[in-house]
Amino acid sequence: MFRAAAPMTRSAAQGDATPGQGVGARLLRKEDDRFLRGRGRFVGDLKLPGMREVAFARSPVAHGRILEIRIPPDLRGTVFTAKDLVGVKPIRAVSGLPGFRPSEQPALATDKVRYVGEPIAMCTGRSRAEAEDAAARIEVDFAEEPAVSDMLLGRRPDAPRLHADWPDNVYLESLVVGGESFTGLDAAVKITREFRTSRQCMSPMEGKGVLAHWDTRREQLIVETSTQMPHIIRNGFCDFLGLEQRQVRVAAPDVGGGFGHKGVLSPEELCVAWGARALGQPLRWIEDRREQLTANANCREHHYIVTAYADARGKLLALEAEASVDAGAYSAFPFTGGIEAAQIASILPGPYDFPRYRCRTWSVASNKPPILPYRGVARTGVCFAMELMLDAIAREVGREPYEIRLENLVRPEQMPFDNITNKHFDSGDYPECLRRLVAAIDIPAVRERQRLGEPDGRLIGLGLSIYNEQAAHGMSVYGAWGIPILPGYEQATARILPDGGLEIRAGIQSHGQGLETTLAQVANEILGIDPARVSVIHGDTETSPYSPGTYASRSMVMAGGAGATAGRQLVPRLATIGASLLQADPSQVRFEGGHVRSASGSVSIEAIARTWYLQPHELPADVDRGGLEVTAGYRAERDSGTFSYGAHAALVAVEPRTGEIELLRYVVVEDGGVLVNPMIVDGQIYGGVAQGIGTALYEEMRFDAAGQPLASTLADYLLPGSVEVPDVQILHMETPSPYTEFGVKGIGEGGAIGPPAAIANAVNDALRSFGVEVTSLPVTPRRVVEAIAARSSGAPQPTLSTGFERA
Amino acid sequence: MKPAAFDYVRPDRLEDAADLLAEDGVGTKIVSGAQSLGPMLNLRLVRPGRLLDVTAIPALRTVEDAGDAVVIGACITHADIEDGRVPDAWGGMLRQLASGIAYRAVRNRGTVGGSLCHADPAADWLSILTALGAEARLYSRRGRRTVALESFVLGAFETALAADEILEAVRIPKLSGRARWGYSKSCRKAGEFAHAIGVVVDDPETGRCRAVIGATETPPILVADARGLLSGDGTVQADWVLRLLGEAGMQDPFEQQIHLVALERAGAQARL
Repeated sequence: MFRAAAPMTRSAAQGDATPGQGVGARLLRKEDDRFLRGRGRFVGDLKLPGMREVAFARSPVAHGRILEIRIPPDLRGTVFTAKDLVGVKPIRAVSGLPGFRPSEQPALATDKVRYVGEPIAMCTGRSRAEAEDAAARIEVDFAEEPAVSDMLLGRRPDAPRLHADWPDNVYLESLVVGGESFTGLDAAVKITREFRTSRQCMSPMEGKGVLAHWDTRREQLIVETSTQMPHIIRNGFCDFLGLEQRQVRVAAPDVGGGFGHKGVLSPEELCVAWGARALGQPLRWIEDRREQLTANANCREHHYIVTAYADARGKLLALEAEASVDAGAYSAFPFTGGIEAAQIASILPGPYDFPRYRCRTWSVASNKPPILPYRGVARTGVCFAMELMLDAIAREVGREPYEIRLENLVRPEQMPFDNITNKHFDSGDYPECLRRLVAAIDIPAVRERQRLGEPDGRLIGLGLSIYNEQAAHGMSVYGAWGIPILPGYEQATARILPDGGLEIRAGIQSHGQGLETTLAQVANEILGIDPARVSVIHGDTETSPYSPGTYASRSMVMAGGAGATAGRQLVPRLATIGASLLQADPSQVRFEGGHVRSASGSVSIEAIARTWYLQPHELPADVDRGGLEVTAGYRAERDSGTFSYGAHAALVAVEPRTGEIELLRYVVVEDGGVLVNPMIVDGQIYGGVAQGIGTALYEEMRFDAAGQPLASTLADYLLPGSVEVPDVQILHMETPSPYTEFGVKGIGEGGAIGPPAAIANAVNDALRSFGVEVTSLPVTPRRVVEAIAARSSGAPQPTLSTGFERA
Repeated sequence: MKPAAFDYVRPDRLEDAADLLAEDGVGTKIVSGAQSLGPMLNLRLVRPGRLLDVTAIPALRTVEDAGDAVVIGACITHADIEDGRVPDAWGGMLRQLASGIAYRAVRNRGTVGGSLCHADPAADWLSILTALGAEARLYSRRGRRTVALESFVLGAFETALAADEILEAVRIPKLSGRARWGYSKSCRKAGEFAHAIGVVVDDPETGRCRAVIGATETPPILVADARGLLSGDGTVQADWVLRLLGEAGMQDPFEQQIHLVALERAGAQARL
């Protein structure tokens, strides 16, 4: 049964006892009280008796064989290397996609190191400083080998080889071909561009942290770790430590942002977990900013060559592309080293409808930290490449960029739409989204301002981007990716307590999304219970049903759906007891606003709960013996994912002499389906846009030819601050998903997808009088100045080199 | 990122600090606000045997009107200047520029003396105080000496401070009411260290017109008589600037360009 696309087809049980706290309410976030008062509890706040702190001795070289590790005798028993880790298996994250080559990532380096920062020895101490003192005294001899410092070099046949048993450095090559044949293609416009996005570092306010101990009573490894997905991480601990599931509990305390960095099982977590059991000591490791930057949180590095074919009006006739992802030294668990490039091939067409497509991608191993999926995953890079192509076509055919997009966007009457790579766009009106953006930014006024010129000599530029975002996709999508994380059916437990309060237990994990509030709003929507009386218990394998966790903007859709389903299953049970208390026929009562009502009176959930728990002798004989607790499962009507979408506009001023870029205005039109809490969605968009601005203008983790990272502090790795992020104007559309509970769509990542494309297009618009385009991220002052300087140098045009005949 | 172990002393008399330096100046690192040294310690880029904390020495927190100049103690913080706890003798210049140094949290602790001794070419005070013709007053058991800032800074992160010396105070000449100044720094984000700095100070009363190009790989580049460098409308002689930058070893066209623009902007401000 698909729900009609009408807004707010709410349950009949919609509450009136607590008006305006259900789905759609701009409720203040419940969790903010503790966060804003500094009363959260993060791994850094946890302490256990006898706990020792961990620091790692890490590789100073990017690629080499380990000849000898020397540990001073006085450190024996407090410092551990690979040979101590008996029974610990290397981390393997294997994609089921054909041709994927898995890597083996040791918890501690064995015979070889493959990136600067790779852990070689785990050092423990009474304090972190003492552990670092020990780490500084570990001496390692290496036979250095040439490093693969760049993915394009790494693809060359003569490149140094990272993994000896591979024929090259490619985890996975994938090819997606869709639509009609390219044969005989005759296009008025054919343009080719080369794009690069930088390697970035996800920068949650809290780095990773893990505290592990062995509970001798339970005979259980208890790992408190800053993770987005406790159940999946437990799977990893069991696989790689050789423990049974019942022997491992993984619990996330408060987690200060994830963005994907906390969606992986890191070698450090594995070491600490091993050590806690093997040594019988609580061990804690807190990732510091240098470790986060140089060794762990790497993401996003793409390279594209794209050729677009269009008619003279800019209508796309075909697109062909090749893309590489610098996937780093190992395939990270669970998302693998192949997912990002595979995703590129399947989503590059974006929200557009055109008849011919082919794209070949490579996930390339390099002597850098493993690449991890960052908010938006491949979509940010894909949107950048595709949207810059659209602007290039617009310049070529002499039309406004938005007009070219309107020529090519999927139209609302085509919805739901199966695109050229078989993505099923569930609903929406993409052209309307763009039209609203165009109206908000007032393009004629911008063009007039450009014509008049700025008194300070700066150049004004306007850039647009539009994207869609698949979220909460399930097995039908992930099955095809073959990774060790397969979202299927999501469960949640709803438990009414003796005083009429409610617990929602869910296996997802909230690390900034406000799910303690939004899941309580869902409960309020169904049961009418005040959200203040709802506790959302999450992020702990011990206290919740299994869940793949929080990633891919899935938690509101999936845990929200499960929570609603569980709540709804409680309603007839409440009605039965309530009818009995009202001495009414169960068929003559209704549940509404937290009360069971009959023609003559009503009884509250509190009274019903009191009866169930404390006065069971007053219950009717036919009462449901399951009581006031239900675990229920959920799956969307179709699990091919919700498709939220958005359009972004950036207005910039560029100083051509220095390359300085000022963001004058930023507008977002976003359609995330029915919004459970529009204020929280706004927050998600603001945060995402800030990160997207980082991608666009600031963030760049560079490596030298020897594979040495060139930024190790936040003085070198620039993150946008509050001053760099303009006021973002957000306009909402609300097209319900036809497939999900309440019509919600995943919305967590979109803000981070659009900005690099919109901002780079704006800069290129500003620079159009020079006839140059900036095609690499971030768009730094140097890149702008050097692009202008190189305008007459006649640099060679990029060409596709892949040979699609191999298809 | 925790520092290696070190000893820590915090005398309350300048003489005692000088004794400690005389005893072991090489193994001792002076610390005041720790806004640069702190991160370097944490990253273990420096591993001094002993930290000498000079913030408890009242003599280093004094401000003295010396007629044509103001002498400020080395431990005066950026925030002291920003907030007006140091009387303004520069037409608001120092107060305004202090408010643009890094972030407020840094300004609360960071000191003028610490910034000068750290001698990071990208730091604000190095260029600003050089342009104003300030002098560093150094103290040791051997006595006091005064060094013009352009001679105090020998190179990037390198000063004329001897191992047993401590920067006691900075003597900053006052500006007249007719003085004009301009300052421009190029940062990619607010609070970041500068990639290019330009300073122009023109005081018709004293006849001094000085320009400084900062945030290079060298000490600030001083043009002690900048009257020929700057024309009436604030534009600068680009060839001259490029020659200076070339002499300082700067070859990169982008670097040259942003330094030239920084000086031009400072010049334009000074002529407004």
